[in-house]
Amino acid sequence: MDWFYIKGILILSGINLMAVLGLSLLTGFTGLFSFGHAGFMAIGAYTAAYLGVKMGLPLTVALLAGGFSAGLVSLFIGKLTLKLKGDYFCIATLGFGEAIRLILDNVQTFGGARGWPGIPIRVDLWNVALVNVVGIALLVNLVNSRHGRNMIAVREEELAAKTIGIDTFRYKMISLFISAVYAGVAGGLVGYYTGFLQPKMFSLNKSTELTIIVIFGGIGSISGSVLGALLLTALPEILRAFALWRLVVYGAAVIFIMISRPEGLMGGKEITWKGIASLLQRGLRLHPAAKSQAGAGAQASVGDRGGDRDGNGSASGSGSGDRAAQSIKPSF
Amino acid sequence: MSGKPGRSVVVALCVALSLTFLLPVAAAQDKGQVVKIGWIGSLTGDQAVWGQCEFNTVKMLVEELNAAGGLLGRKLEVIGYDTRGDAMEAVNAVRRLTSQDKVVTIIGPNASGQAIPISSILEEMKVPDIATVATNPKVTVVDGKVKPFNFRVCFIDPYQGAVAAGYAYDVLKFRKAAVLYDVADDYSQGLTEFFIKTFTQKGGKIVAKEAFKFGDTDFRPQLSKIKAANPEVIFMPYFFKEVALSANQARELGIKCVLMGGDGWPSEVLLEMAKDAIEGSYIVNHLDFEDPEVQDFKQRYMKKYNRKVELNGYLAHDAFLMFVDAVKRAGSFDPVAIRDALETTDIKGITGRIRIDKNTHNPEGKEAAIIKIVNGNYVFQQKYAP
Repeated sequence: MDWFYIKGILILSGINLMAVLGLSLLTGFTGLFSFGHAGFMAIGAYTAAYLGVKMGLPLTVALLAGGFSAGLVSLFIGKLTLKLKGDYFCIATLGFGEAIRLILDNVQTFGGARGWPGIPIRVDLWNVALVNVVGIALLVNLVNSRHGRNMIAVREEELAAKTIGIDTFRYKMISLFISAVYAGVAGGLVGYYTGFLQPKMFSLNKSTELTIIVIFGGIGSISGSVLGALLLTALPEILRAFALWRLVVYGAAVIFIMISRPEGLMGGKEITWKGIASLLQRGLRLHPAAKSQAGAGAQASVGDRGGDRDGNGSASGSGSGDRAAQSIKPSF
Repeated sequence: MSGKPGRSVVVALCVALSLTFLLPVAAAQDKGQVVKIGWIGSLTGDQAVWGQCEFNTVKMLVEELNAAGGLLGRKLEVIGYDTRGDAMEAVNAVRRLTSQDKVVTIIGPNASGQAIPISSILEEMKVPDIATVATNPKVTVVDGKVKPFNFRVCFIDPYQGAVAAGYAYDVLKFRKAAVLYDVADDYSQGLTEFFIKTFTQKGGKIVAKEAFKFGDTDFRPQLSKIKAANPEVIFMPYFFKEVALSANQARELGIKCVLMGGDGWPSEVLLEMAKDAIEGSYIVNHLDFEDPEVQDFKQRYMKKYNRKVELNGYLAHDAFLMFVDAVKRAGSFDPVAIRDALETTDIKGITGRIRIDKNTHNPEGKEAAIIKIVNGNYVFQQKYAP
């Protein structure tokens, strides 16, 4: 394996991860399915590229502005569609994503369907990693805050959440806004990584791919999203040996994993420092028997989300992971 | 929920996958003296017909060359990767070809949307690429600067659009044209732009310009408007599947005027799907399928794969010729030396004379072939340059 090649896959995983983190907040923690996040990526990508190329702004500012503009659009969309329940919101986002792509196909200022070449290449592994670390840190803090718990409450039981005084519409808006910002930043990274933008890159396929990664990684788990983005971006590359049958094998592998682990890779659990430490302690203590206990050990390394918190009676409760997996299935 | 068994299955799968990752590397290491060239394109997706034909062509030519003693005394090997028509996949595939497989030259891809984003990688790894049917001018030149490692073997969109418009105006004497195009497709937008530009410059009139988007199957609303505008010719710059559907529907609606198209038309599938509807239509093509020059290649391909050659096969053939010629003149397999030699290419391919211009990396002055569909066959009319 050559580092140059691996680096390419890692950068792409990092870009996908950024969008997946946002979607993870929306789908995994707030319970809203979106099939239009490629649309937010596209808005972020074109805004960031425009600000960087035509106005000469530095990368950080361009990326933030890209994310912010995607966020602004999401507020507009959210205002109109977040009152819709369940599947209807999902369909609305689907239409939104396609609409954005078709608008970009038609607007000749940005090259239309023929694309926009010649964007300077400013993204490398280090700044993608930095963006990801910042993104993950912010998200972990958010999810573990009161606001995060309120979002989980909306996901678990909207009516109950309303009853105890949570403004569910507002929390859905916040969740959509933040996830759109993340997607916008991810889109900005795409442009500065390939040096080329084309509306085709942000098709429905891309949105679906992101949703698959979130579900594959595990609903309501940030570490799951990280693992999912890494694995599912690398998988088609790993399968190159299969040539024509590559995508068939890819699909089969995803189906297989979803059948054997319906809650996704992490399903509501997180990898935490505490979990790793307790695993190490166990490993030391049970040294002779460690090998046969490998399976149990791995389980101990993932702390249950509910168990990590003080858990003083918020609506989120513990063991939300398994319940999430169950409540998500019928609506998908 | 399913605890242990599920996890162990996942682990087993991951191990199996990482093994397949390592296998090709291990196999490649004991070959030693073999020189590798790369190919990328769509083996899956909506352009798979063309991608597979390209890859088959390159594989066949490599086999033939090896049987005849190889190149500079070394055997060649071609490594092909699928891009499923996706820009990101193309970037990954080129990263893999240039770093892990260490190819000396890459042939393909056939689409501009994939040929443009790979240039930064080619420049970083210093490996030349010869695109086959990527007709967007920006594949080789951006902002007036030529990209050092991108070449192509086909003519470009402005030229193709100008040929179609020039032929319609000057030879066929049409004055009123309508355009139906795919708004979601880069190739279709390019051709439309340059067709309209040339046609109106010459003094013709565009009476209708209607758009659809990729995936549409009903073109009747647009065609009805076109019918109302009463054009003498309808220019349809998109791919054969939509051409077949829209041509059939145009005839159903009673549109009798001549249809015209670009290099997205020629396919055996088109004739099967819309034989009667496209009778009498004109196509701007890269070559004449009945040209004596190409018969030998056509027969060899037919014999080996028992399938007819698609258009891309001919251009992949000439891209390979360009590579072989460059290696011979460079006298080495060093990718940079090959690149330098490619810049001064002047060979006779089966699609015409290929003389690469140093400043554009395009084959300059390559004539287009005008093809007419007569009795369900592609019949060559003339070579035409606007």
